[in-house]
Amino acid sequence: MSPWQFFSGHRAEILEATVAHLTLVLIAMAIAISVAVPLGMFIVQRPTLRNTALGFASVFQTIPSLALFGFLIPIPFIGGIGRRTAIVALVLYALLPILRNTYVGLAGIDPAVLQAAEAMGMTDSQILWRVRLPLALPVILAGIRTATVITIGVATIAAAIGAGGLGTFIFRGVAMVSDAVILAGAIPAAILAILADLLLARLERRLKVA
Amino acid sequence: MEMDAKAATPPESTILFQDATYSVNGNARQVIIDCISLEIHTGETLVLLGRSGSGKTTLLKLINRLLLAQKGEVLVQGRSTAQWDPIRLRRGIGYVIQEGGLFPHFTVAQNIGLVPTLEKWTPDRIAQRVDELLSLVGLDPREFSARHPHELSGGQRQRVGVARALAADPPILLMDEPFGALDPVTRAELQREFSKLARRLAKTIVFVTHDLREALVLASRIVLLQAGHIVASAKPQEFLQIDHPEVKAFAASLGSFSHTVTDTVPGLHTIPGALA
Repeated sequence: MSPWQFFSGHRAEILEATVAHLTLVLIAMAIAISVAVPLGMFIVQRPTLRNTALGFASVFQTIPSLALFGFLIPIPFIGGIGRRTAIVALVLYALLPILRNTYVGLAGIDPAVLQAAEAMGMTDSQILWRVRLPLALPVILAGIRTATVITIGVATIAAAIGAGGLGTFIFRGVAMVSDAVILAGAIPAAILAILADLLLARLERRLKVA
Repeated sequence: MEMDAKAATPPESTILFQDATYSVNGNARQVIIDCISLEIHTGETLVLLGRSGSGKTTLLKLINRLLLAQKGEVLVQGRSTAQWDPIRLRRGIGYVIQEGGLFPHFTVAQNIGLVPTLEKWTPDRIAQRVDELLSLVGLDPREFSARHPHELSGGQRQRVGVARALAADPPILLMDEPFGALDPVTRAELQREFSKLARRLAKTIVFVTHDLREALVLASRIVLLQAGHIVASAKPQEFLQIDHPEVKAFAASLGSFSHTVTDTVPGLHTIPGALA
């Protein structure tokens, strides 16, 4: 069976899996961003906590993804079979690039600019919202972009613990020794990753001033 | 252009250091400002001169409470900076630093209009003020309002920095080596213009520099700092006559400076007062 035949015969199924895949990624990214960005803002001025947090987030990057999914299954509340476990694992993977870039983006702002802001009588929250975050945003966004591309790839493995998505085809194809079925999962996943990368790169460029 | 005629500052608008001492983290071994007393009069342009590490920038930061003296007091308009609400204090003090410290993500107009925006002026009034100030510092509002700082030359950035500091018409202006990063020609140009501007504005200006030539051009009084102490204080005309080793050291730097510069940039020595 050629890939093309399989594609046209299973269009609805592939589309459904793509939507499920994307949902998985979007939920995981939303959680990762809302954890990592505030955490990154918090650790900028606190060197000890910074090393702990960055070290903690790095550990998850070193665990092979399949193993991480496996480790999470027996854990109560967040573990088990299905989407919830998969989302937890994806969030853990996405944390580091966002956290690190939030820190780097905020720490890299010219101290003279921050001092000028303070000397002009801006309050701490005005400095945060009008100066620090806008200036760090392109770097933070670069981290989000990296994390998104990684998450789209890793999410294919989530099928191994019953979370659905495009990985379903890949695992099925491996079991059936069918390239066509593997490609039915791999090609849409690759396209999603490329699209996400292009889209976020464009946004990043628009936000960069200098 | 004559907009600041009304801004004749009230007589109490002076800065007064009373035995002010500042040390890094309160550590007695790292004293930066050592028991300094100094009165800065309304409307004068006081230049704080000194080598790197003499404490001149620290002294400046004690005025707008970027730093607080651990011993003694700094009074601004009759009130100790410790008693001032730091936000209110700073909104009434213009601050210009090297390279301008402009916000790179703001346009020139947004940079200049920042304090008025924080003070909730109406957009019309802010726009009008921005135009006024750009003309005042010699930049065409139509050409420069919408630009970002990275689209300006060093000299233009510095002009915008000065305009921004003047935006809400503060009675006091602090300037920390504002022209330090400029090439010698642009630098001399800005010094000349700023000296005219300062005379017209009638603001109390405290200007930090390590360049004696700049001090002589701009100051109505020069205060020389050395290792956290004031070692000399005089009008520019009298400054070079002071018999103190540090004054002599600075005077010597002037000699070698004028040599090298007049060799490479003919005509620069003709700036009034530059070589006293």
